[in-house]
Amino acid sequence: MTAFDTWVHLVYLACATCFVIGLHLMNAPATARRGNRLSAAGMAAAVATTAVVLVVHRQITAVAAAVLAVGVLAGTVAGLVTARRVRMTAMPQLVSLFNAVGGGAAALIALGEVVRHGDLTGRLPVQITVTAVLDVLIGGVTFTGSLVASGKLAGLVPGRPIAVPGGRLLVVLLGAATAGLAALVVAGRAEIAALTGIAAAALIVGVLMTLPIGGADMPVVISLLNAFTGTAVAMAGFVLESSLLIIAGALVGAAGAILTKLMADAMNRPIGAIVAGGFGTGDDTPGAAVSGDGTVREITVDDAAIQLAYAGKVVIVPGYGLAAAQAQHEVVALAQALTERGVEVGYGIHPVAGRMPGHMNVLLAEANAPYPELKDLEEINPEFARTDVVLVVGANDVTNPAARRPGNPVSGMPILDVDRARSVIVVKRSLGHGYAGIDNELYTDPKTAMLFADAKAGLAALIAGLHAYAG
Amino acid sequence: MSPLLLADLTVFVLSLLVGFEVISKVPATLHTPLMSGANAVHGVVLVGVMLLAATTTTLTGYVLLFVAAAFAAMNVTGGYLVTDRMLAMFRTRTELRK
Repeated sequence: MTAFDTWVHLVYLACATCFVIGLHLMNAPATARRGNRLSAAGMAAAVATTAVVLVVHRQITAVAAAVLAVGVLAGTVAGLVTARRVRMTAMPQLVSLFNAVGGGAAALIALGEVVRHGDLTGRLPVQITVTAVLDVLIGGVTFTGSLVASGKLAGLVPGRPIAVPGGRLLVVLLGAATAGLAALVVAGRAEIAALTGIAAAALIVGVLMTLPIGGADMPVVISLLNAFTGTAVAMAGFVLESSLLIIAGALVGAAGAILTKLMADAMNRPIGAIVAGGFGTGDDTPGAAVSGDGTVREITVDDAAIQLAYAGKVVIVPGYGLAAAQAQHEVVALAQALTERGVEVGYGIHPVAGRMPGHMNVLLAEANAPYPELKDLEEINPEFARTDVVLVVGANDVTNPAARRPGNPVSGMPILDVDRARSVIVVKRSLGHGYAGIDNELYTDPKTAMLFADAKAGLAALIAGLHAYAG
Repeated sequence: MSPLLLADLTVFVLSLLVGFEVISKVPATLHTPLMSGANAVHGVVLVGVMLLAATTTTLTGYVLLFVAAAFAAMNVTGGYLVTDRMLAMFRTRTELRK
C-alpha cells in the first residue's frame, strides 16, 4: 500500500465516523440539523477524495470521466430541484423516490462490475459473485418496489391493495428462477446473462411485492425498503471491496430495520403479514366485532368553538386526513388562538399517523408548532384523563377503542386513549371507515361529537367561530 | 474465504450493531428526518459509482455508468437537502419567537 492509498483509507474512515456521529446527533431535535450537516460534510469529503483518487491513478478513460460528470450533474440537478420544491405533505413519496434511485444505483454497480470482468468468465472470486447476486437482487426489488410505493403515496397508483391474479405463484416461480441463475453466476457460467436475468426477475418481484400492500401499511413498507437499499449498498461495497460502502450501507440497513420493527409494533401486525399484503382488501369481516348500533351526535361549528374556548386543556390528535387536506397551518393557528386564550394545548401523535414514520411531526413543525408540544403515544396517553376536549382531525383507526378487545382487525394495536378524555370532537368528512375497514366505536360514544367537514375548511371555521363567539 | 472477505464481513456485522445501537434511541418526533437522513447516507453509493467509472471501458459499461451516476447523485444531493429543510423546521417556542 502506497502512502497515498493509506491516506485515502484514513479519510474514508473519518467519513464513516462522520456518518455514525451524524446519525447519533439525530437523537434530539436540538442537535439533529448539525448531525445531518456533519454527515453531509463526511459525504462531500468522501466524494472529493474519490475524485482525487481517480485523477491520481489515471486509470479512468476520458469517455468514462465525461459520462460520469454528465450523469452526476444530471442527478444533482434533479435531486436539488425536487428536494427544494417538494411540499412537506409530499415528503414520503420523494424520500421513497430517492430510495428507489439509490437501490437502482447499487444494483447497477454490481452489473457494471461483472460486465467489466466479462472476459474473466469463471475466474471471478466467490465473494464477488455471491455479493453481486445479492446486490442486483435486493437493489432491483428496492428500485421498482420504492417506485410503486412512491406512486401509491403520490396517488399515481391506487393506494388500495391491488391483488395481482397469480401474483404469489409468480413470485415463487421467479424466486426459483433467480436461485437457478444465481447458481450459474457463482459457478462462473454466463455471468452477465444470468445476472441480467436476476435483475429482470428482481424488478418484477419489486412490483408484485408492493402492489398488494395497502396505504395504511406504507410507513412500514418504506422503512423496509430503506433497509433494503442500505443492504444493497453494503453488498455493492463487498463487490467493489470498499469498506466505506459496507459501513454506510450497514448503518442504513440497521436504521431501516429498527424503524420497520417500531412501525410494525405500533400497528401490532407482524412484518411478514404486511409484506404478504391484503390489509383492508375485504378478506377481513368488516364490522363483525363492532357493536355499531349507537347513534352519532353531531355538533355545529359554533358549539364546538365555544366548547374549545372554555376548556382548560385541549389535546389535538392529527392523522392522515390532516395531511391529505393540507390543513397543518390551520390546526396550528387554532392551537395558537387557544393558547392565547390561556387554554393548555398539546398534540397527541400516533407513531403510524401519516404515510411515513413521524410524518405528522414534520407537517406540524412546518406550520411552526413547537416540537416540545408534539407528544408521542406513551407521553400523551396518561394525559387524556385530565383533558377537557380532544380534537381528532383526520385520524381514525388509531383512536378506535375496539383495539382493546380481541377479535377484530385492529385488536391489540396500541391506540391513543382519546375516549378517556372528558369530551371528544371529531372533525371528519363522513362516517367512512379507516384502512382497517371497521366502524370506529369512538364515534358512537356519548362523549363524542362529530363535526362533519373537510379538515382545512372545518378548522378555519373553528378559528373564525372562536373569534366571533368567544371574543 | 480470503482474509479480505473476512475483514469486510467483520466490518459489515460491527457496523450493523453500531447502527442498531445509535438509532434505537431516536424519538418518534424525528423518525421522518432520521429515515430521510439515513436515505441520504446510502447516497454513498455515488463513491461506488465513481470507483466503477475508473475501470469502465465498454459501451454497455458507459450506459450503466451514466444511469448509475445520475441515480446516485440524485439520491445523495436530494437526500441531504430535503433532510436539512425538514430539520430547519423543528423549533421550540422560544426559537419561534425570534
